[in-house]
Amino acid sequence: MSLLEIEDLMVTFTTADGDVHAVNGVSFNIDKGETLAIVGESGSGKSQTAFAAMGLLAKNGRASGVARFDGKDLLSMSQREFNKIRSKDMAMIFQDPMTSLNPYLRVSDQMAEVLMLHNGVSKKAAITEAVRMLDAVRIPDARARVTMYPHEFSGGMRQRIMIAMSLLCEPRLLIADEPTTALDVTVQAQIMQLLGDIRKDFGTAVILITHDLGVVAGFCDRTLVMYGGQVMEEGSTDDIFARPTHPYTSGLLKAVPRLDKDEGELVTISGEPPDMSNLPQGCPFSPRCPVQLDRCSTQRPALETFGDRRRACHLPINEVT
Amino acid sequence: MLSFIVRRLAVAIPTLLILVVLSFILMYAAPGGPFNSERPLPPEVLANIEAKYGLDQPFWKQIVNYVVSVVTQFDFGPSFQYKDRTVNDVIAQGFPVTLTYGFWSFVVAVTIGVSLGVAAAIKQNTWIDYFAVGVSIGAQVLPNFVMAPILLLVFTLWLGWLPGGGWNGGQWQFLIMPVIALSTSYMASIARITRSSMLEVLNTNFIRTAQAKGLPMRRVIWRHAMKPTILPVLSYLGPAFVGMITGSVIIDVFFSTGGIGQFFVNSAFNRDYSVIMGITILVGTLTILFNLVVDILYAWIDPKIRY
Repeated sequence: MSLLEIEDLMVTFTTADGDVHAVNGVSFNIDKGETLAIVGESGSGKSQTAFAAMGLLAKNGRASGVARFDGKDLLSMSQREFNKIRSKDMAMIFQDPMTSLNPYLRVSDQMAEVLMLHNGVSKKAAITEAVRMLDAVRIPDARARVTMYPHEFSGGMRQRIMIAMSLLCEPRLLIADEPTTALDVTVQAQIMQLLGDIRKDFGTAVILITHDLGVVAGFCDRTLVMYGGQVMEEGSTDDIFARPTHPYTSGLLKAVPRLDKDEGELVTISGEPPDMSNLPQGCPFSPRCPVQLDRCSTQRPALETFGDRRRACHLPINEVT
Repeated sequence: MLSFIVRRLAVAIPTLLILVVLSFILMYAAPGGPFNSERPLPPEVLANIEAKYGLDQPFWKQIVNYVVSVVTQFDFGPSFQYKDRTVNDVIAQGFPVTLTYGFWSFVVAVTIGVSLGVAAAIKQNTWIDYFAVGVSIGAQVLPNFVMAPILLLVFTLWLGWLPGGGWNGGQWQFLIMPVIALSTSYMASIARITRSSMLEVLNTNFIRTAQAKGLPMRRVIWRHAMKPTILPVLSYLGPAFVGMITGSVIIDVFFSTGGIGQFFVNSAFNRDYSVIMGITILVGTLTILFNLVVDILYAWIDPKIRY
């Protein structure tokens, strides 16, 4: 049994301008200790997939389909039931470390309450454990700094605190929603290094949500590429990077700037991301696809499995460049 | 922090001085005087009286004398209207009354206002929210000069449950209607500010983090959302408290409570200079004091604020 199973997940938001379909039939699994990257541009539904799994969708959003954690159905859970597994078994860290910690509470209080709630330990024991965890994420002088407020730390340090806080109960799954997007490049590398070490030390499965292909390589076992709230393709990270089978993935890979070659202008995928309240009938990527066939705009390609990979594209594999 | 408080109090002194001088000039410039009545006094008598109160002296000398006696002896001078009574007597009589029902109005307005606002925000777009918003709009459009006669009509004339006025040492029967009439519109404002502030806070990333930690909703609200929610409410409460303690003219008129508001208005009609000045300074001092209290509370709640 997989740790997290997502099957045909749909997320819809009701707005004054009609329904917005953020996630349209996403399926994937992640096993214990595995790392999965979910890649896609802004608005591709990757974060909402994670929020649906955590039960953290905005009030006007609803999820349908199947989402199971350790065999337990997540979508039918009440908030009370969710609270038993959040942070305890399944933790999440967010994109913006500057605003994700409560600015009005000491780091010690924010960390201690997690342990006091889930493990029922005393505040003193919880703070000792928090300090140990801050040491583990390499916050210098953690014992003295644990009583500080978030604004007394830099962005990178705050993300380390978020990571430490999410690991306090040693969850089996950590969902990292663009953990390095708001940080500068050197700090990004440190945080990714840290996440890698933690994965080894704690055996935590990690879902890394990102639009930055650079951080995926060398970190994740498998990569899932999303577009328009749908899975475009999935496979082992090395495979996908070496041999993309979907025009969107190959477009993404071509758009990664290379420092080792002087290629002149940056490559982009032309066109705009789709309007999620009014998706094209066929493949969501078809309006921007450089190699689209006639049926691409009318018929949605099914997600087909071949070997250890999956793809949703009408174009024969050997024609993708 | 201590040096901040000392500095703020030091700044308060010139502020108060400016307040005194401006009020003095305004009254001096206004036509008429305390002893102009319908039947004019003989000029000699008028001159005598004016000499007694020092009104015959040049402007600058009057103001200097006044400020000196206020600062050195805390003496606001005699009332021009109430014979044998000083301004200090008038304030000592009226202020405790106003302070009592002002304080209770404050307590009622804050308790109900904050509770309504929080409940409405948590249960946004449910009947609880609509009820709370409805109540606060209703309360907002009923100013106290409308509230007061309605209360009197219902509880005194129709039901006969409560006395129609008087103070009687501040017994609860005499306190209820003044407190309701005074607190309603403040309560409504507090509820509205609390609701919108809480809604904003509930949408922040750190509340999402708190939920992702598996904290029960109650703890998310009280532990994580309450402090930032209360900050904008707090900045409203400073002036509101002063308003409740001082802006009670209507209450005094309708319920004959004998608070300071009544003296304030009467003194303005009667050109009772020294009483006007005394109450103005009192209100000014309170305003400065409560703004200071609000600033201190701000620093206490928000760790980012350091003075």
